[in-house]
Amino acid sequence: MSSTIVVLPDQSTARIPKVNFITKENGILSWLLTGDHKRIAILYLISITFFFFIGGSLAGLIRLELLTPQSDLMATDTYNKVFTMHGIIMIFFFLVPSVPATLGNFLIPLMLGAKDLALPKINLLSWYLYMAAGILAIYTMATGGVDTGWTFTTPLSTHYVNTNVLTTGLAVFIAGFSSIFTGLNFIVTIHKMRCPGMTWFRMPLFVWAHYAASILMVLGTPVLAITIVLVALERTIGIGIFDPTKGGDPILFQHLFWFYSHPAVYIMILPGMGVISETISTFSRKRVFGYTAVAFSSVAIAVFGFFVWAHHMFIMGVSNYAVLVFSLLTMLVAVPSAIKIFNWTFTLYKGSITFETPMLYTFGFMGLFTIGGLTGVFLGASGTDIHLTETYFIVAHFHFVMVGGMLMAFLAGIHFWWPKMTGRMYPEKISQLAAVVTFIGFNFTFFPQFILGTLGMPRRYAAYPPEFQVLNVFSTAGASILGVGYLLPILYLTWSLKYGEIAGDNPWQATGLEWQIQSPPLTENFPITPIMDHEAYDYDWLEKKREKEVTLVG
Amino acid sequence: MSDSTRVAHGTADSLHTGGHEEHPAYLRHHFENVEQQADAAGFAMWLFLLTEVMFFGGMFTAYLIYRNWYYPAFVEASHQLNVVWGTLNTAVLITSSFTMAMGVWCAEVRKQAGLVLCLVLTFILGLAFLGIKTVEYKEKIEKHHVPGFHYSLKSFTNPQSDPEIYKEYHDKPLGVDMARHTEIYFSLYFAMTGMHALHMIIGIAILGFMIFRARAGAYTSGHVTFVENFGLYWHFVDIIWIFLFPLLYLISRHAN
Amino acid sequence: MSHISPVLWQFLVKWMTTFALFPPEASKIAPQMDALLFFMVLVSLVGLVIVILLVTTFSILYRRSRHPIAVQIEGSTLLEATWTIIPLGLFLIMFVWGALLYFRIYTPPANAMNIYVVGKQWMWKAEHPGGQHEINALHIPIGKPIQLTLISQDVFHSFSIPAFRVKREAIPGRYTTVWFEATTPGTYHLFCTQYCGTNHSAMIGDIVVLTPDGYKQWLAESTSGMSLAQNGERLFASLSCNACHNARPDARGPNLANVYGAKLALNGGGTVLVDEAYLRESILNPSQHITQGFAPIMPTYQGQISEDGVIALVEYIKNLKSDYRVEQTLNTTDLLPEGEGKAAPGSAAPAAASSKTARPETAPKGVVKP
Repeated sequence: MSSTIVVLPDQSTARIPKVNFITKENGILSWLLTGDHKRIAILYLISITFFFFIGGSLAGLIRLELLTPQSDLMATDTYNKVFTMHGIIMIFFFLVPSVPATLGNFLIPLMLGAKDLALPKINLLSWYLYMAAGILAIYTMATGGVDTGWTFTTPLSTHYVNTNVLTTGLAVFIAGFSSIFTGLNFIVTIHKMRCPGMTWFRMPLFVWAHYAASILMVLGTPVLAITIVLVALERTIGIGIFDPTKGGDPILFQHLFWFYSHPAVYIMILPGMGVISETISTFSRKRVFGYTAVAFSSVAIAVFGFFVWAHHMFIMGVSNYAVLVFSLLTMLVAVPSAIKIFNWTFTLYKGSITFETPMLYTFGFMGLFTIGGLTGVFLGASGTDIHLTETYFIVAHFHFVMVGGMLMAFLAGIHFWWPKMTGRMYPEKISQLAAVVTFIGFNFTFFPQFILGTLGMPRRYAAYPPEFQVLNVFSTAGASILGVGYLLPILYLTWSLKYGEIAGDNPWQATGLEWQIQSPPLTENFPITPIMDHEAYDYDWLEKKREKEVTLVG
Repeated sequence: MSDSTRVAHGTADSLHTGGHEEHPAYLRHHFENVEQQADAAGFAMWLFLLTEVMFFGGMFTAYLIYRNWYYPAFVEASHQLNVVWGTLNTAVLITSSFTMAMGVWCAEVRKQAGLVLCLVLTFILGLAFLGIKTVEYKEKIEKHHVPGFHYSLKSFTNPQSDPEIYKEYHDKPLGVDMARHTEIYFSLYFAMTGMHALHMIIGIAILGFMIFRARAGAYTSGHVTFVENFGLYWHFVDIIWIFLFPLLYLISRHAN
Repeated sequence: MSHISPVLWQFLVKWMTTFALFPPEASKIAPQMDALLFFMVLVSLVGLVIVILLVTTFSILYRRSRHPIAVQIEGSTLLEATWTIIPLGLFLIMFVWGALLYFRIYTPPANAMNIYVVGKQWMWKAEHPGGQHEINALHIPIGKPIQLTLISQDVFHSFSIPAFRVKREAIPGRYTTVWFEATTPGTYHLFCTQYCGTNHSAMIGDIVVLTPDGYKQWLAESTSGMSLAQNGERLFASLSCNACHNARPDARGPNLANVYGAKLALNGGGTVLVDEAYLRESILNPSQHITQGFAPIMPTYQGQISEDGVIALVEYIKNLKSDYRVEQTLNTTDLLPEGEGKAAPGSAAPAAASSKTARPETAPKGVVKP
């Protein structure tokens, strides 16, 4: 028995299907004016990768500066701009759109048996808004940057810095609308465009995860938008809404800001969790254990996620009783994530497991997200938050969940669906190597930061006391390894576009509707509307279908 | 299934139930039928309006908190608004919602002339609303009640300097610290009515486009989705005003 | 211990403290914080090990070459319940324990010595009641509960002492408090941990913990002039507070003796506990803080007084146990030259409002007797 589930067509005779969504129309305008969700997903993939590398370079600069205790690589003001822009670009231009706008856009209609998303023009508008916002963000960087931190706390951002707060605010505002429209599109599609027989509980868990994330996008992002408007008004004409000398309250800003920014982290992680459900099922050849629990836990995270925002404000002088409420709710929101981890683990039980690259990233996700999520509980228990907040513990916590979690899930998904999107396989050995390198580099980079945090090293420090240097050097060393781990996929995935093996419809023998059509898919996805007459992750159905299929002619 | 060279439409497929009689030009190819398309569009609009509620919600939250903290300042600042103009504007908007609803009905029963008339009336009423708002804003500018632009506390530390308003309400003079908080009231006033006016302007622009298209018969041949959904948007903008009016104008209008 | 060579022992100690995972425990609350942190680390470790063990075991036992046919299992309500309830239970334990810790850190004892700290870009100013001022440093004795009353002059800052395990935001516009009791003499880090602009990483200092004798010595060496309360009295006179708050029977402002800590009846109904925050608010936003029985005529001092000045006034009022000091300011005021805006007693401008009640001999007006 081979230790891989990959089944490829005979490479000497296989060809990429002549008619597919890529070859259907030619010319740059056919891409820039497309309504095809798959083309828009590819547009997003290219732009997101571009912004990831900008954000990543900024991270490199941060780690280089932090090699030495003094602020000697760049001026302190410059360092402040570098970490601000790193946060803004990574959060708003990479993490929030990564899985939804690339994989979600590409796959949700396919998984539901639909021909496209409900609102293709809105989908394209979403990409243009993202690009406009991104270009504005780059313009901001080029013309002096902004140094308020990505959280642009008032009154610092309204009265005490003279950097490009307004242009950055505008960029984030526009990016927010891009996000809202994506989420809106997903919700309408999931409600109204499921193919016959596709009940809610026959949908892949990837779709459930995106549904939950879309609720957050749609309800939470507008609050960020209005907060940015109010900050802009306060900064320009001084309306005083957050200014204590005029009777305003800077804590009101904190409430409004975190009301979005906490759900934002769930917007970022839920789609990644959706990917993990798909990969863990495929590479164990089993239906996800506790399908209903995983589906409901996604929605539970979305709902609870709206009620915990003030755990970012425990030491800011909010009332002790408010702290009690928010701390309790934070404990509640942690439970559904734990449920998912265990359900995924038990999906492995009595499965038939192989270790292709998406599965390696999946395992990495499970370990690192567990650590990251548990350290979130450290912070949610109000008392310990007092010691740990505003230190490198927080930095380590969110990088574990976002980079160790979300980014690994994104890479798992890119590798898993690469054959579907491009018709070609990526090279397995080097991609496995890259996954391992990334995992090692990640741990070296961010685990020392937990210790720096408990030792008390504050975050956003350009210079630090010398006793913190050893751990910082470890962290920077890890970052260079991590950089290699992220560079490799760019190289070999690009290589695979020309030289990768032909994948065929279903190289992974997976059960989703997207795997029952050609790779790459036709523009209209399905020649005839599919009828969903089996449960999700039904490997018996797949087995029966394969027996009936004719694979050889003559 | 993996190598189909045939580009299929849902309607050309014999498996598709009852699909071939209805394939109007406005049916987008990714929908199975017109009902699904209209359903999806309506659902999308309701969802969008929900995001708008959250958007305005941030300002309503700020209003709630500051009114609770600085009630005397809010009362006296509110007296500076002209309740006649405000009531008139409310009547104008409610009427425009009526004309818009009539327009939707006309589209549904395919009365083209009626539809155009209703859209034009809605358009005019929308402009009337903006005109009255301009008059009100102008008044505020003249009295230096615009935050950030030479904001003046005189009307609140010395209410008698404003004879018409003083005659009605006999406001007590506020201490300087409380008078300063009227600037927060006006910040919220301009932010909320300004954001509302922005939504009105966008709505009026779309109305202009719709009048043009309605005259060409675009909405009276069975495809009423655009008019219906715009109606939803227009009613939403109206409802926001219905909340803004009492909150901003009617805080405490009895004479002292 | 005796058979470990002293050299090796020194090396071990240096190695342990150089590669410490936690800062030194220098306050009474630090061991309690560390206990909860340790519990959390333990629980996390156990949880992580369980997940890793399960994943590894399943991956080995059920790898394709060994277990080619997967067995489809829908789920198990029992397991779902288990891994919902156990984590929830553990998280709730952490919630309760953490909440207790939180309340303990942010509820100062009544006998705590109060030190004011004003944060501004980019330095910390500590003001001891005795008048000692420190920049980016704080000298305190062991064995005594110390409360810090924090405020910022500009943007958000955060006062952090990792060795004590305490941290509190310094916010513009309102006081925040935190308390601790130091246990071990030494010098410990003070950090600003809320990003506040260019020199955020330079806003660091030293917390110097001294023995009680050492502290007394430091106090003696560093007193420079007036205590906070004395400074406050000077301001009380120069800002003409005593024009209305002059403890006279016909005074237009309430008597301030013993008002700190009392429950005050307000003009609009309701009562309020007079603490530092209330005193600050009543100076800067008097319109909403009128004592019952008095007219709302107090002008605001917003913009005319710095946070340091407010702190001085608050300290002065806190220490007013009788009318004596206020009456002294009236005498001093008499002696001050004309034209400095002082109201000489008896020549006050006619009152705008007429509601005045006769002042009982001992109790300050408006105070609700317990």
